[in-house]
Amino acid sequence: MSSELFFQPIAQLAAALDAKKFSSVELTRAVIARTKAVEARVHAFNSFDEAAVLAQAAASDARRAAGQARGPLNGIPIGLKDVIAVAGQPLTASSKILANFVSPYDATVTVKLKHAGAVLWGRLNCDEFAMGSSTENSANGPTSNPWDLARVPGGSSGGSAAALAAGEASATLGSDTGGSIRQPAALCGVVGLKPTYGLVSRYGLVAFASSLDQIGPLARTVEDAAIMLGAIAGHDERDSTSFRTEIPDYRAELKTRRGPWRLGIPKEYFGEGLDPEIGAAVEQVIAFYQKQGCEIKEVSLPHTRYCLDTYYVIATAEASSNLARFDGIRYGHRSKNATDIVDLYFQSRAEGFGAEVKRRIILGTYVLSSGYYDAYYLRAQKVRTLIRQDFMNAFREVDALLTPTSPMPAFKLGEKADPLALYLCDIYTIGVNLAGLPGISVPCGFTQSGLPIGAQLIGQPFCETDLLAIAHAYEQAHGWNTKFPFL
Amino acid sequence: MSSAPQLDIDHVAHLARLALTPEEKAKFAQQLGDVLHHIEQLKKVDVTGVEPMAHAAPVFNVWADDVAQPGLPVELALKNAPAQRDHMVVVPKVVE
Amino acid sequence: MNYEAVIGLEVHVQVKTRSKMFTRVAAGYGHEPNTLTDPVVLALPGTLPLMNKAALDAIIKAGLLLGCEIAPVCKWDRKNYFYPDSPKNYQISQYDQPICLCGTVEIELPGPARNVMGEHKTIPLTRIHLEEDVGKLNHGATDSLVDYNRAGTPLMEIVSEPAMHTAEEAYAYLTSLRATMIYGGISDCDMEKGQLRCDANISIRHVGETKLGVKVELKNLNSISFVRDGISHEIKRQLAVVERGGTLVQETRDYDGQTGTSQSLRSKEMAHDYRYFPDPDLMPVQVDEAWKQRLRAECPELPFDKQRRFLEQYQLPYTLTSVLVWDRTLADYFEEAAKLSGKPQAAGNWIANDLLRELGAAHHALADSKVRPAHVAALVQLVDSGAVLTNAAKEIFVEMFATGEQPDAIADRKGLKAAPTDVGELEQWCCDAIAANAKAVDEFKAGKESAINAFKGPVMKAAKGKANPKVIDETLRRLLAAQG
Ligand SMILES: [Mg+2]
Ligand SMILES: [Zn+2]
Repeated sequence: MSSELFFQPIAQLAAALDAKKFSSVELTRAVIARTKAVEARVHAFNSFDEAAVLAQAAASDARRAAGQARGPLNGIPIGLKDVIAVAGQPLTASSKILANFVSPYDATVTVKLKHAGAVLWGRLNCDEFAMGSSTENSANGPTSNPWDLARVPGGSSGGSAAALAAGEASATLGSDTGGSIRQPAALCGVVGLKPTYGLVSRYGLVAFASSLDQIGPLARTVEDAAIMLGAIAGHDERDSTSFRTEIPDYRAELKTRRGPWRLGIPKEYFGEGLDPEIGAAVEQVIAFYQKQGCEIKEVSLPHTRYCLDTYYVIATAEASSNLARFDGIRYGHRSKNATDIVDLYFQSRAEGFGAEVKRRIILGTYVLSSGYYDAYYLRAQKVRTLIRQDFMNAFREVDALLTPTSPMPAFKLGEKADPLALYLCDIYTIGVNLAGLPGISVPCGFTQSGLPIGAQLIGQPFCETDLLAIAHAYEQAHGWNTKFPFL
Repeated sequence: MSSAPQLDIDHVAHLARLALTPEEKAKFAQQLGDVLHHIEQLKKVDVTGVEPMAHAAPVFNVWADDVAQPGLPVELALKNAPAQRDHMVVVPKVVE
Repeated sequence: MNYEAVIGLEVHVQVKTRSKMFTRVAAGYGHEPNTLTDPVVLALPGTLPLMNKAALDAIIKAGLLLGCEIAPVCKWDRKNYFYPDSPKNYQISQYDQPICLCGTVEIELPGPARNVMGEHKTIPLTRIHLEEDVGKLNHGATDSLVDYNRAGTPLMEIVSEPAMHTAEEAYAYLTSLRATMIYGGISDCDMEKGQLRCDANISIRHVGETKLGVKVELKNLNSISFVRDGISHEIKRQLAVVERGGTLVQETRDYDGQTGTSQSLRSKEMAHDYRYFPDPDLMPVQVDEAWKQRLRAECPELPFDKQRRFLEQYQLPYTLTSVLVWDRTLADYFEEAAKLSGKPQAAGNWIANDLLRELGAAHHALADSKVRPAHVAALVQLVDSGAVLTNAAKEIFVEMFATGEQPDAIADRKGLKAAPTDVGELEQWCCDAIAANAKAVDEFKAGKESAINAFKGPVMKAAKGKANPKVIDETLRRLLAAQG
């Protein structure tokens, strides 16, 4: 394991901070210095506020000195995807339309992280409005994969994954609508957890597709992901879709839950289009669990082939409505070329949105428009029911499902120009969002050319404890997380 | 597979209040045509008797009591406004 | 050829709540611009709606008052359209599953005379749903200014069937609906404050035809009398077009109540396509029996039911009931005064005439009146016992209104009580009066009861107006009877 502070997991940093081996200010300075050293190449951040972050670190040290440390996140620099509101900080969603927007309020997860004593660090790059799988659709330019700067970090939470992999934060938050935490986590060799829909409040998360979006952590280890989840999970009155459920001590439960588990291997996730190196790596993961005495069972999710279409109908429909508020009236980019009030909408939105966002707004508007609603949107909602039923049927026989996270490792920047080709990056992750399930991507090796590979575990609703324990068991035995990119 | 429907890009862009250049229109029409062609396969799924899923879980009656709480001070409310006057947001003249 | 008009009304009523429909910032009217906003009202990125329980209670109550079916489950939909007063550029509303269905509004048409009850009808409702209000645009010379204070206020949309045929009916519908909403405590329905807004759909057709004609939507009917005038104007306009041999076009017209004219609003360049879909941010609402039961218990008696009861129970004249029943506090006030005095009609008259006149002159609300029902009852009893005379009582009332003093004390202080006349003296005046009018004596003895009144004037005159009319009456009768 690296001795560099900026590569250490939270669990280790928290113990060292408690033991007064270093202060949060020292840790934060190390992370800032690291960021300054690599950021020009990685470009994971849209912005950061050095003074603000050091003040938070100093405050956390003061709390610790006064015996008021607030748990393992006290004094830990955590990066936030630039779709999560922090009062007084920019909130751009990597879009020109929000280029100068400063949030006057905190997201619920922000409040919770502040409450946990975390040092909130920077605004992380992403695909514009979280629409994409490569972080190339950013008004601020793309983020690079720290393992190969010519390649994408995945997306849409590419900045969150790349910053973590490059040592520019100790953990980060991303958002996942169709795989946007898990896929970049896989491509950057870190852990990425998409919680059950409703476990983490969406209040203060710039909405892409409301019925699919969920905030979750990207972390160096499963244990860190458990710590992060514990800090951000829980019912929030401000989010009517957030669920009233007991929040367990995820970190403590890691040690109490042991297998053997029954793991399902959905046959539809191992077909055409899967990179053979990834297929082989995931086979190794299966073999590991089998050796641990887990029951491995092939299962079928027969509607899998409809996931992508269902997803693109529902996600774009919701997005077309969610993004209507970006009109240049109350905030955001206002065109100087508009001739009248109606033109102001057309021009401000034309100038403010990037191509992928426009494409999705057009598609979403179309599928909701008069005469097409039943054929597309309503039908997709019904197919969504069938997709969820597939998963729930499988869970009658198994505790969790094991699949690849991404069909391919990190690809070259600019390589996938065709939107449809890019949409295919998400084929293994979107089913989880449609069904509202928790999913985690854990590193499970590298390709011949040294690109990280991730395996995905899919759990039952609100069974994050099991999901984390299963992932933890694998991670403990392998330690892929002790490898770091050379930058 | 049935052929993809015709997407009237002008009409849809108008509904979405997006000014598109002729190049964008041509490109989007073609790209979205491909996507819609793909989406056509949803029509093959038998959905008779299947309930549409609008939410991940069937939860009802999520509300709050009617207790007024303080909002944003007007300065903060308008801080991000591109144009303001007399504590109001200025827009080009609206003809009703 | 005979034509008939067909009218349907869409009424928006602001629900009286402390906070807004989908966020807890205060709702209100008349505040400094943009002081009633929060991140949700402004639709800042990342914000989410949260239902207001009180607004749901209010609409269910409204539905119960109007005899609607309350849907066991209703949901929220987004109505997508761009407009600068709409912060999200979609309105959260209810599309295919509104909370209230059917129901009726009872109306009364003008009677043949002011003191005769008119014909009653029930106008069927299509639905009532809940939604959120938009902000307000203030138009300047070269630009417009947006104030979001009103944005997000809970709003009920009450849609009638196209079942009215005259402007009078529409006027009566709105009057009754408004009173019902105020009765239920659902809204103050102040049209000047925009708390009640009305659009009318108007068409004409041949009598006997069942199909609807070409519909014109009339907007900005922003006072109850403008509703009547605007509709009547529009019916005339349509008839004129048809009689000229012209064709009606489906359009939206704006009525100007000041000039009594309407003009076509530039027809929207493209037909509306609101792209309704279920709001993924809000959970549906399930209404069970217990909830309905609790609200049913809070439902007040409606004005027309109250009127029927007042006619029956208190035997009040129709005109008096129609003054008393339309204001719930006034009706309650009356009932208390009626009970305390035991003389409903007398109490009602004091309230309907003197109290309302004084309140109007002083620009006071009933709640601020120093004259309480007990004062009215005390005054009624003073008059009834003969202790004060009507003219004196009128004077007492004005003083009582100004000071809140008890009528008895005022009468004493100002020497307004009828003098306790000497029995012998009074008897003498009565004898004189009888002796002076032999014709009236004969008539009275022949059974003409009213002939007795002929003696009363001279007696009262002799008493300088300070005799007790009741005692005069008794004395006269006794003397007349003694004459055999
Ligand atoms: Mg309407
Ligand atoms: Zn409405």
